[in-house]
Amino acid sequence: MLVPIKWMKKYVDIDVDDKTLADKLTLTGSHVDAVIDYNKEVKGVVTGRILEIAQHPNADKLVVTKIDINEGEPLQIITGAKNIKKDDVVPVALEGAELPNGLKIKKSNFRGLPSYGMMVSYEELGFDDKVIPKESRDGIIILPPDTPLGADIKDVLDLTGSALEVEVTFNRPDCLNIVGMARETAATLGTRFRFPKIEIKKEEGNIKDYLNGVEIEDEDLCSRFYARVIKDLKIGPSPLWMQRILMDAGMRPINNIVDVTNFVMLELGQPIHAYDLEKLEGRKLIARRARQGEKIVTIDQVERDLDTNMLVIADAEKPACIAGVMGGYYSEICDDTKILALETANFNPKSIRETSKKLGLRSEASARNEKPIGYVLCEIASNRVCQLIEMIGAGTVVGGYLQAGKSEYEPPVVTLRPHRANALLGAEIPVADMLKFLNTLEIESVYDGEKITSRIPYFRTDIEQEADLIEEVGRLYGFEDIESKPLRGSTRVGRKSDLRMVEDEIKSLLTGMGLYEITTYSFISPKAYDNICAGEDSSLRNYVRILNPLGEDFSSMRTTLLPNMMEVIQRNSNRGVEVAKLYEAGSVFIPKDQPVTEEPVEKLKLSIGMYGACDFFDLKGIIFAMLSRFGIKPELKYVTDNPTFHPGRTAALLVGEDAIGIFGEASPKVTDNYGLDHRVYLAELDVEKILQYKNTEWKYDPLPKYPAMVRDIAVIVSDDVLVGDMEEEIKKVSPYLIESVELFDVYKGEHIKEGYKSTAFSVTYRSKDRTMKDKEVEKIHEKILQVLAQKFNAVLR
Amino acid sequence: MKDQLLKLKTQALDRLKECKDLSEIEKIRIQYLGKKGELTAILRSMGSLSEEERPEVGKLANEVRALIEEEIQAAKEAVHLRESEERLKKETLDITMPGRYPEIGRRHPLMRVKEELESVFMRMGYDVVSGPEIETVANNFDDLNTPYDHPSRDWSDTFYISDNLVLRTHTSPVEIRVMKEAVKEGKLPIRMVSTGRTFRFDDVDDTHSPMFHQMECLVVDKGVTLANLKDSIDQFVKELFGSRMKTRFRPHNFPFTEPSAEVDVSCPICMGKGCPACNGTGWSMELLGCGMTHPNVLRNCGLDPEIYSGYAFGMGIDRVAMVKYGIPNIRLLFENDVRFLKQF
Repeated sequence: MLVPIKWMKKYVDIDVDDKTLADKLTLTGSHVDAVIDYNKEVKGVVTGRILEIAQHPNADKLVVTKIDINEGEPLQIITGAKNIKKDDVVPVALEGAELPNGLKIKKSNFRGLPSYGMMVSYEELGFDDKVIPKESRDGIIILPPDTPLGADIKDVLDLTGSALEVEVTFNRPDCLNIVGMARETAATLGTRFRFPKIEIKKEEGNIKDYLNGVEIEDEDLCSRFYARVIKDLKIGPSPLWMQRILMDAGMRPINNIVDVTNFVMLELGQPIHAYDLEKLEGRKLIARRARQGEKIVTIDQVERDLDTNMLVIADAEKPACIAGVMGGYYSEICDDTKILALETANFNPKSIRETSKKLGLRSEASARNEKPIGYVLCEIASNRVCQLIEMIGAGTVVGGYLQAGKSEYEPPVVTLRPHRANALLGAEIPVADMLKFLNTLEIESVYDGEKITSRIPYFRTDIEQEADLIEEVGRLYGFEDIESKPLRGSTRVGRKSDLRMVEDEIKSLLTGMGLYEITTYSFISPKAYDNICAGEDSSLRNYVRILNPLGEDFSSMRTTLLPNMMEVIQRNSNRGVEVAKLYEAGSVFIPKDQPVTEEPVEKLKLSIGMYGACDFFDLKGIIFAMLSRFGIKPELKYVTDNPTFHPGRTAALLVGEDAIGIFGEASPKVTDNYGLDHRVYLAELDVEKILQYKNTEWKYDPLPKYPAMVRDIAVIVSDDVLVGDMEEEIKKVSPYLIESVELFDVYKGEHIKEGYKSTAFSVTYRSKDRTMKDKEVEKIHEKILQVLAQKFNAVLR
Repeated sequence: MKDQLLKLKTQALDRLKECKDLSEIEKIRIQYLGKKGELTAILRSMGSLSEEERPEVGKLANEVRALIEEEIQAAKEAVHLRESEERLKKETLDITMPGRYPEIGRRHPLMRVKEELESVFMRMGYDVVSGPEIETVANNFDDLNTPYDHPSRDWSDTFYISDNLVLRTHTSPVEIRVMKEAVKEGKLPIRMVSTGRTFRFDDVDDTHSPMFHQMECLVVDKGVTLANLKDSIDQFVKELFGSRMKTRFRPHNFPFTEPSAEVDVSCPICMGKGCPACNGTGWSMELLGCGMTHPNVLRNCGLDPEIYSGYAFGMGIDRVAMVKYGIPNIRLLFENDVRFLKQF
C-alpha cells in the first residue's frame, strides 16, 4: 500500500522525518518496505497559455505555437504534440531549463523556424505511465484553464514529498487506506488523529423519486447495501490537487466522478461504485447471485461468463456490475451521464476473492473487498463522496438514501487483565500506558482497578479476545523494548527418534564412502512409472494423486525414489558429468484407499544411483559395508522379474524371508527411456527395516593368541557355479578352524575351457587354543578339494 | 709385543678415520679383529710371553681391542649418519604433485543447514521430531486457528489430496501433533523443533519452488513469555550466524500466534551499517516468523491457556542455505548437479 505522507498529514500530526517515521511504523507492525522520494529536479519550467497554433510551413507533423507565459512577448515554440489545442494551459520548459531525466533545454531550429523552449509531458517529469491522467497520456500536460500563467511548475503540480510503501498484514485491512494508516501513525508517534469532517451543504429532492429500491437477495454474500443519488452531473477532469494526490498514491486520474470515488476508497478503504442511473432497467439495484448462463460486458469491454457462485449487482433485468470486482460497461459513467446512483456495499470477502480469481480480474476495489471491511463504513464513505462531488462542483446531492441489510453497530466488548498481558509478554507495562495505547487506536478503553474493558470499533474486525488486545499493547510498547529473558525450567536432553538416528548414520556412512546426497521433489509425473518400466498392474502405480497439481508432471506423490534418481542421473550425464554416485533419503507415499480420503502411509526409503567408473560390485560393496555398520548381513536372491532392473544382475536383500531392499543394474530399457547410453546401477532400501533389523550391541571378542595359516586354492568350475555357494561349502568343511574364505581371483580365457572359470580363494586357518600344525591344515585343505569336486565338479587348477 | 700392539692401535685408528663406507669398516674389522686378524694373532701368541709380562701385555691387548671396537662402532655410526643425511638430501619430492585421496561424498547443502539447525536446538534441550508431508486440513489449518476464509486455504495456494488432506504448507501442523500427544501422554512441558519438506502452489522461479523446507520450534510450559522467545531466538541466531549478527522483532500477523512478530537479522553484507544490498536499512529480509501460541490453538489441543503458554517460530531453511552459501537461485538446490553439490 502506497501512502503519500503529505496526504496522511491531513489527518495526523507528524513531527519526525520520513526515515524515522518509516522505522517507527515498522516497529509497531506496519512494515515499511521503502520510502519513495517524490521530489523532482525541475528547473525553469513555467505555465503558459497557447495563444495560437499554426501548421509548420515546412513540416507536416509539426505545429508552430505562440505561448503566453505572462512575461514579455509570447514565445514561439515548435512541437509535434497532438493533444494540444488553442487556449490550453501547458507547462513550458524555457531556454536553460532542466528536467528530471537530465534533459537541458536550448533554443533550437525546426526546419527553418526557431523554437524557444519545449512543452513538457508527465513522463518527462519522471512520472510512471500508470498514473498519468488520460488526457495527458499521449503528450503534453494539460493544466486546468484557471491555472495562473508564468508560475513555476514545481509549485503548480506540487512536485515534492514522499510516500511510504507499507506491507499491511492480513489481519489489518483497516490499514489499507490513508485514514487507517494515519490512525496507526498517531498511535505510533503519540500524536493527534483527526477523522475527516463529513458535511454535505445542500441536498435537493428525494432519492425515492430517482431510485426505485435496493435489495439484497443473497445475504450470505452481501451484508449491507447503501445507495445515494447525485444529479446534475458535470463530468470533466477533477481539480489538479485531487489528480496529483491520486497520482502520488499510485492511481491514474480519469474524471471527476471516478476520481472522487477512488479518492474516498484510498482515503477510507471503502470501495465505491457509481452507475449511470438512467441506464438501469427498472431503476433498481439488486445484490444477487448471477443466474445460470448470465454474461456481462465489463468496463474494459470484455464479455465475461458468470456462474451462480458469483455475486452481481443487477438492475431489474441483468447484471450491472460484478459485485466488488468490476463494473458493467452499459451502466458506466460517461461524459454525458446526468444522474448517478452511488453504491457502497459490504461483501463476503471469500466470495469476492474467488470471483476475482476465477475471472482473472484484480483491481484496487477487489483487493479491498477481499478482506473484511466494517459495514458501518458504507454510510460514511457514501456521504464523503457526496461531500466531495458537491465541493468540486461536479453535481448536486439528492436528499436521502436507500439501504438494505445490517446498519446498526453495537461494539463488542473485550476485557484485558493487565497482569495477564505482562505475564505473557514478560514485561512490566503500566496500566496507564496500556490505556493510552488502546485509546489512541480509537479502541475505547477504561480500567476499573482490576481489568481494562474495551469497546471494539467497527473498523477493527481483527479483535475478538484478550490475546488480541495484548498484542495491541505489546506492539505499541514495542517488542524491541521487551528485555530478553532466558527460559526457565529443569534442564533436559534433546532427543531424536531412532529412525532419524538410523537415517543420519546411513547418510554419514554413504557420504564417507564417496556418495553425494541429493534432494528431489516429493511429487513426480505419472509418466515416470512408465519410464522406469513399472508393470501395468505394479503397485507403484497406485499412487496418491494431487487434485490441483502445478501440472501433470507434478501430480503423483512418489511411490518410489527411483524415477527422481534416474532424472538426476540423466541431468548430470547430459551435462557432461562422467561419474556420479548419488543417494537420497526420502518418503514414499502409499495410499490406504482410492480415491484417497485416509492419511496415506509415509515410508522412509533410501535410493542409491551410480554411473561412470563403477559396477555392480561397487554398489554391492557400498550397501554391504553400510549395512554391516547396523549389524545386518543380508542374504541375496536373484530378482528376475522386476522390469526396472536387469534380470541377470539384480539382487534382493533379504533378512530371513523379509526383503529390505533391492539393488542391481538398471534395465537397458530404462536407460534407453532416459536417453542414457551407459550402464546405471540402482538400489532402493527400506530405512524402517534397517532400523527393525539393526543389531549393534557390539561385544568384545578376545584378540587371537595363536598365529593364522593361509592357504590358497584355485579350482576350475563351470560358469554357472556361484562363488557364494562355493565359499559356503568351504567354510562348512571346518567351521571352527577356518577363520575366513576370500575370493581373490576369477579367470577365464587361455588355458580354461569355454564355459568354465578358474576361481581362486584364500583360506585362513586359525585355532583359538593352539598353534595349528602344517599337517592338520593340509588335511583340511585336502578335504576342501574333495568337497568342491563332489559338489561342483571342481578340478584343481 | 707391547710396541707391536701400540703400533697396531695407531694404524687401525688412523685407517678408521679415513673410512667412507661400511664395507671398508668391515674390512678393517676383519683385518684386526677377525679370526685371522692381526690383533687376534697377537693375542694367540700371548702364550709365548713370560708369566710377568703376560698380565701387563694382556691388559694392554684387551684395551686396544676395546678401543678399536669402540672406534669401529663410532665409525659405523658416523657413516650411517652421513648416509642418512645424504639420503634425505636426495629424496626431495615434488609436494605440489596431486595426492591420492579417497573419495569423500557430500551432504546436500540444504540437509547440512537443516542438521546444523537441529543440532543447535538439541544442544539447548529441544527434541527433534518429524511429521508427515501429507497432512490433515485439521492439523494444517483448522487447529492452527486459520480462518475458514483465509486465502492460504485456497486451491491456488495449497495442494489438495482430498477435502480433508493437503500437502502441508508449513511445518506448524507438527506443533498440533506434538501438543495433542503431550496432553494425551502427560508429556509436558514441550520443547521441540521439527524440520522438513513443505509445499505451496508456487511456480518455479529464481526464488520460489513448490517444494521447500522449513524448521518449526515450539515451547509450551507454565509461564513462558515473549521475553523468553526473544532470548531463544537471539541465542540461536548468534549460534548460527555468529555473535555480530543482530535481530529485530517487528510485529506481524499469523493466525496461530498472538502476538506475532517477524524477525529481521542484520544485513550479512554490511552487518547493519547500511549498504545497497539492504536498501540502506542495515536489515536483511525477514529470517523467521514467530509469536506466542494463540490461545485458540492451545485450546484446540486440549491445553488451558490460563495455565499454559507457549511460543513458536518457523523459518525457511532454503533461504538460510542460500544466504549462508551465497546460492543465487533456488533451482540449483533441486537440480542436484554434481558439480554444484561438490562445492559444499
